[in-house]
Amino acid sequence: MDTIFYTLQDFMIHSKSITYILIGGILIGLMLFWLFLTGRDEKKRTF
Amino acid sequence: MSQETARVNESIFTPFNVISGIIIIAGLIVTVLRFTKGLGAVTNLDNNNPWGIWIGFDLLCGVALAAGGFVTSAACYIFGLKRYHSAVRPAILTAFLGYALVVLALHYDVGRPWRLPYPIFISQGTTSLLFEVALCVFLYLSVLFIEYSPAALEWLGLKKIRSMIVKLTLVLTIFGVILSTLHQSSLGALFMIAPSKLHPLWYSNYLMVYFFVSSIFAGLSMVIFEGTLAHRYFHHKMDETHLKESKDVAFGFGKAASFVMMGYVGIKLIGISIDNNWHYLTTGWGVWYLFELIGFVALPAFIYAIAVREKNLRLVQSASLISIIGVVLNRFNISLVAFNWQLPSAERYFPSWSEIVISLFVVTLGIVVYRFIVTRMPIFYEHPDYQHDN
Repeated sequence: MDTIFYTLQDFMIHSKSITYILIGGILIGLMLFWLFLTGRDEKKRTF
Repeated sequence: MSQETARVNESIFTPFNVISGIIIIAGLIVTVLRFTKGLGAVTNLDNNNPWGIWIGFDLLCGVALAAGGFVTSAACYIFGLKRYHSAVRPAILTAFLGYALVVLALHYDVGRPWRLPYPIFISQGTTSLLFEVALCVFLYLSVLFIEYSPAALEWLGLKKIRSMIVKLTLVLTIFGVILSTLHQSSLGALFMIAPSKLHPLWYSNYLMVYFFVSSIFAGLSMVIFEGTLAHRYFHHKMDETHLKESKDVAFGFGKAASFVMMGYVGIKLIGISIDNNWHYLTTGWGVWYLFELIGFVALPAFIYAIAVREKNLRLVQSASLISIIGVVLNRFNISLVAFNWQLPSAERYFPSWSEIVISLFVVTLGIVVYRFIVTRMPIFYEHPDYQHDN
């Protein structure tokens, strides 16, 4: 069922709430993807 | 004597020469028609669809795929990744030819070529995005010409001018990155004037960000793909350094493209979420949108990642081709397919055969000029006189 928005405020609260949670997920997902991408790189000794 | 003539004839009529010759002749005929009889005689453009494939393919895809120039030179000269140095000249050459052909193709759409300098020098529309695009393309084409010129000057033996231009490399690279950032994004921003015409899934307030970010992985993929073709057809022209570095370039650029593409998928999802367009994903347009985003962005990003982990060169090359098709599909969707999506099918745009001929003509010209340059000038090898000069 579609959510009914009566005001712009309603719409912004709804869409921004979902977006902020999504951004958090994307940031974590990108970090995990980076670890996957570089998982087999030769480790550079820095000491 | 007759044997020699036969050999000369044989060498001229190669499949490449015959096919490109036919396309160029057909293109020249349509060019005459376009500039003598007008747009109406050769295109299917109308008031609903004023921009066709000459903008959607020749300009939007041409500019995006020419992004390899600024991406490679920035990686090498700004980020100091000197192991990619051998990829700079081929990338700059492709970018220079790409932009030159974009300007050539624009003449067909705009008409009256003698008035091309007007927006820059005579009547500046400073409030228009098109002016910004025109100014950036004009300046960046000049920058690319100067960046490419050392190769031509080495070929011509003009050492003094060459050494002066080489000193400008860093300044030109910085200038190139700034100009590319500006106009790659502005091309996306152009479509923000038409929120009611472009389908909500493709329309976003972040269109300029999408265009810029997608141009980065388009450029990276193009460098890999072009390298693949160059190895196949111009292997004999490459020196040891180029051959040694080519694998490293493919894996390094593949890794960068993979991460940027995943980031791109992320910001596309943010765009859908902030406009609350989720419900469109279950429609036919949504399926087409997901086909583009998953099939031609997320999938090649994942293939790149696997290829980089497994050090599988063939897989990197395949991913680069899928990514390039994805960028072309995205530009086609925004400028043609999802544009005017509410119009009845009878009023939708489909290119005429002569529009397709001109697009093929422009691409063929690019390939012919590229081949002419790489077989004569030091693009895949360092000129013996300047080997320790870079």
